[in-house]
Amino acid sequence: MAILEVKDLTLRFGGLEVIDTLSFDVEEGGIVSLIGPNGAGKTSVFNCLTGFYRANAGDIRFRNESIMSLKPHKITARGMARTFQNLRLFKQMTVIENVKSGMHCRTREGALGALLRSAGQRREEAEIERVAEECLAFVGILEHKDRLARNLPYGDQRRVEWARALATRPKLLLFDEPAAGLNYDEKERLIDLIRRIREELSITIFLIEHDMGLVMKVSEKVVVIDYGKKIAEGGCAEVQSNPKVIEAYLGKEDEDGN
Amino acid sequence: MAANDGSGAAVARRTGLAGVEDRLAAFFDDRRHRYAVFAALILAGLLVPRVGSNYTLEILTNSFLYIVLCLGLNIIVGYAGLLDLGFAAFFAVGAYSTGILTSTFGWNFWLAIPPALLFTVIVRVIIGAPTLRLRSDYLAIVTLGAGEMIRIIARNMKDLTGGASGLIGIQRPSLFGLELNQISHYYYIFLALAVLAVFASDRLEHSRLGRAWKYVRDDEDAAEAMGIDRVAVKLSAYIIGALFAGLAGCFYAAKMTAISPETFQFMQSIMILVAVVLGGMGKIAGMVVGAMAMVLFPEVFREIGSMRMLVFGLILIVMMIFRPQGIWPDRRH
Repeated sequence: MAILEVKDLTLRFGGLEVIDTLSFDVEEGGIVSLIGPNGAGKTSVFNCLTGFYRANAGDIRFRNESIMSLKPHKITARGMARTFQNLRLFKQMTVIENVKSGMHCRTREGALGALLRSAGQRREEAEIERVAEECLAFVGILEHKDRLARNLPYGDQRRVEWARALATRPKLLLFDEPAAGLNYDEKERLIDLIRRIREELSITIFLIEHDMGLVMKVSEKVVVIDYGKKIAEGGCAEVQSNPKVIEAYLGKEDEDGN
Repeated sequence: MAANDGSGAAVARRTGLAGVEDRLAAFFDDRRHRYAVFAALILAGLLVPRVGSNYTLEILTNSFLYIVLCLGLNIIVGYAGLLDLGFAAFFAVGAYSTGILTSTFGWNFWLAIPPALLFTVIVRVIIGAPTLRLRSDYLAIVTLGAGEMIRIIARNMKDLTGGASGLIGIQRPSLFGLELNQISHYYYIFLALAVLAVFASDRLEHSRLGRAWKYVRDDEDAAEAMGIDRVAVKLSAYIIGALFAGLAGCFYAAKMTAISPETFQFMQSIMILVAVVLGGMGKIAGMVVGAMAMVLFPEVFREIGSMRMLVFGLILIVMMIFRPQGIWPDRRH
């Protein structure tokens, strides 16, 4: 069963069709990748899914309900979390405070609870703390929890972002180029982490990635787009041998056949 | 936050003024030390009326008022990162509401407080809501204009506000049968308000809501992606910050018995903002220090006459060049 269904999604910036009648499904419990050459519109697709861009036409159904007109925070509350291509941490805050942000939409205490420090508020704070630590332990950086996020090495900052997304308790997790800037070891750990997120937390994963090695290793299905249009969809081997995909990545051979 | 990056062993070796600052910061990192110093300050504050002259009490009362105003603006500017140049407007709404309800309509002062706070919230929402989609410089200009509008309305609604000459004869409130008409009474009241404001700020800052303010300040889009409704969060910072000023305004009206639009000029908003920046945005202790410095400096240097504001201006400029983070900043900045 599909957790996410995208139907004829179209996004225009001025006269430019950034996404052109794009349709695909993400099956529940799967690991699906969205790939395509630079500027193909991958991040724009993510921005539409998460409500940051308002698509011009088409429909996006998440867990059987349309989320086309929802604001980003409402979509997150419904169980879709994302990471950003360029790190977007809360830089002046500690690692654990960063991760606690994910719990915001799963908790409710407001100003009055804080002022009176009511029993309910203290219980909730303890719960937020517990979940945040759990998420940090899951990605393996619990020992850095009280450091400022901006002072961590790059690879660890990425992991703070993953922990933060996990803390929203998502059903579907969108990774925007999670391997960008990671070294070989870190990439291996990322592959392991992606699998563990799916297996241990039963979260569906949808990712954009440039690192083909990583994509081919983890994905069960690959969607390829170019100029905002879907050019291929299917298993890794199937997509890799698709002539349209090869053309999009490597360019077309001359008509004369040089 | 114990032992943030920067307070480790490497930094402990710093010498001179920086070394003193590190040791002080390490001292205040301990919660018990903070409470002990805070309790000692309150105790000292309670004893001042036994020895201080009326002049001293007047000045200190004024600085307590400023502490409340600064802590209110700190929620908006320091935590939520929304530059507000019209903050005095909410101080005005609190003061005028109390003044009008007690003097024109003969309400009891204490009963006038809830409606005065309600008006503050209403005005805050009316002038805050349209600014929620604006960023930095645009936001500053809109808040500046909105703040001035409140003062001009107060100036021109003669029947209600007394126009340019203001409201006079605001009734003195009484507490347990005691009419509050001495400066020492107001000294204690404003001391209590300042202590209350410190407690409230501390609890709010370290709560789910306080964190949400800072998430929005650090990165609005990321906050939104984490499931935080940025509009609601900003509005809550606006409202809670304004409530501090509104409450201060209620008691200010009672203390002065007369208020006029000139008290709530643009300059007043600027002075509060300067105190916030001078003290160190986002830091409660910084607000106390900034407010005290702002009120006490012109009084301590009264002898040099009009030169003192020039000197004060120079000090501010030098401060901003050599210590832009303020006197007692949040150490993470």
